[in-house]
Amino acid sequence: MSSFDFTTSLGSAQFANPIFTASGCAGSGKELSQFFPLENLGAVVTKSIMLKPRSGRATPRMAETPSGMLNSIGLQGPGIDIFLENDIPWLVSQGATTVVSIAGESVEDYAILARRLRAVPGISALEVNISCPNVENRGQVFACDPVTARAAVESVRRNIGGELPIIAKLSPDVTDIAHIAAEVVSAGADGVALINTVLGMVIDTNTLRPKLAGKTGGLSGPAIRPVAVRAIYQVRSRLPHVSILGMGGVASGRDALELILAGANAVSVGTANFGNPLATMMVKSELEQLLQDKGFNSLREASGYAHRPEGNYDH
Amino acid sequence: MSSINRFARNIEAEITSNRKAGAYHHIALSVGEMAAFTRPGNFVAIKVGGENSNMVLRRAFAIYRSVDLGNGNGQIELVVAPHGQGSSWVAARAVGERLNIIGPLGTAFGIPTEPVRALLVGGGYGSAPLFGLSEVLKARGCRVDMVLGASTAMKIYAPLEGKRSVNALTITTDDGSAGIAGKVSDVVPDLIDLNAIDIVYSCGPMGMLEAITKISVEKGVLHQASVEESMACGIGVCMTCVLPVKGEDGIIRMLRSCIDGPVMNGEDVIWDSKRSIPEGTWGK
Repeated sequence: MSSFDFTTSLGSAQFANPIFTASGCAGSGKELSQFFPLENLGAVVTKSIMLKPRSGRATPRMAETPSGMLNSIGLQGPGIDIFLENDIPWLVSQGATTVVSIAGESVEDYAILARRLRAVPGISALEVNISCPNVENRGQVFACDPVTARAAVESVRRNIGGELPIIAKLSPDVTDIAHIAAEVVSAGADGVALINTVLGMVIDTNTLRPKLAGKTGGLSGPAIRPVAVRAIYQVRSRLPHVSILGMGGVASGRDALELILAGANAVSVGTANFGNPLATMMVKSELEQLLQDKGFNSLREASGYAHRPEGNYDH
Repeated sequence: MSSINRFARNIEAEITSNRKAGAYHHIALSVGEMAAFTRPGNFVAIKVGGENSNMVLRRAFAIYRSVDLGNGNGQIELVVAPHGQGSSWVAARAVGERLNIIGPLGTAFGIPTEPVRALLVGGGYGSAPLFGLSEVLKARGCRVDMVLGASTAMKIYAPLEGKRSVNALTITTDDGSAGIAGKVSDVVPDLIDLNAIDIVYSCGPMGMLEAITKISVEKGVLHQASVEESMACGIGVCMTCVLPVKGEDGIIRMLRSCIDGPVMNGEDVIWDSKRSIPEGTWGK
């Protein structure tokens, strides 16, 4: 029997293992459940749910890029009412540990969503996706301005009640991500999720126009992994005790280890699920083996290990 | 477990044959029990580019035919048009190599319980799933007519064994290099009348499917179309392959062509919405 400890925590929430799905990359959970039991995940992070049903953007919504993809889905979803009626009970019935991701178009949206979720059983944590256009601020993305990022998180904190940990998901498209992280943490976030997609564009050289109907899109996949590692490293340096859910181009145990060494406490797998429905399970078993091969006794011991001073004992 | 993707398996399938057929490649794969669960209209999603590829997304291919050999053995056949980096990689694989495939995926063509008169309409390599469908329809006692169209003769996919499964085959090409010069939609109205068609099945480019829908609505015949939206995952998680579809309640929703399709009722699809969400769509 191995005594290796693979458990982790984000704020006060405990998880059996550190491998999660990334928001918007696991559908409702039903689609992946044909391939493995969802209870084997550290957690399912749901697609970002909004107050009202949302059609999302027109197609084309996707363009493959070197070692990545660009997407512009536009948060298509059923809205909070149907989500609470259908999605959550189903995930609970599967024994899935669930982190609910929420997204709003105004500070008030975040408040209402937090109130709707605070008494719902079966939720382990809340991910607050603030990479959405703020209709009250000329469509500027909440996450790209420390003031609005703060306001959205404060709004959730005031309305969620005491129990549920709040993880603010940040955009890498900012000058100083550690500053934004410090702001949302002082506004009441227990942790941060790093990183959301990187804004990009592909122009179709046949039609001579932007390939996506939404023109710009979010870049994801292995192409952005170094950006994620950098962001996690910077935030861990600035905020040594805050919980970090890392994501960005993780497709193997080795990739997950990189994010953990930079300072992540748990790792979400996103785009890799599209190419391999078993990606999370593969990353999980590879990571567990790799940590032990490197001589770590626990996941917690490895988190942030790349920050140790020169000359310290190396695994 | 859920009802979504319920027959899907992720397997390494050995290539047992790969031969060039006009502008396409006909590829046969040994897939074990997967063949027994495969129905005409289903597709597979194939990992492309090999171990260290920079292509992160699978490619979806319609299944040309599946053969259940019993005892857990079976074969599926694909028709691959090597027009992009991923499909060219698949077409270049040698016999004996293995492909990582997920299948069967998506909806299948509805098969009538009565022996009806069916017209199958294919554009380019969109003809692929129609021959397997034709075999099933014939086995049910249906009369099967087929129209295949393409820009030029090289791009008509109509293998000999496929032709045997239809009562009459009409070919159209844009350049007149084979069959009738013109588009499939030029000949479909007369064929519906002439053969007293009850149901049309179609597969091909979206513009063709839209034209066939218009004709089938005018003629008052049923029409099932296999749609072609570009997919990133094929298993319903990425939400990129959506298209607007009117439900039984009259409400338009953005549905995934990999889960709610590829086979859909032609008249339910809002075809002319390119690069916009139609007015009245749920959640717009």
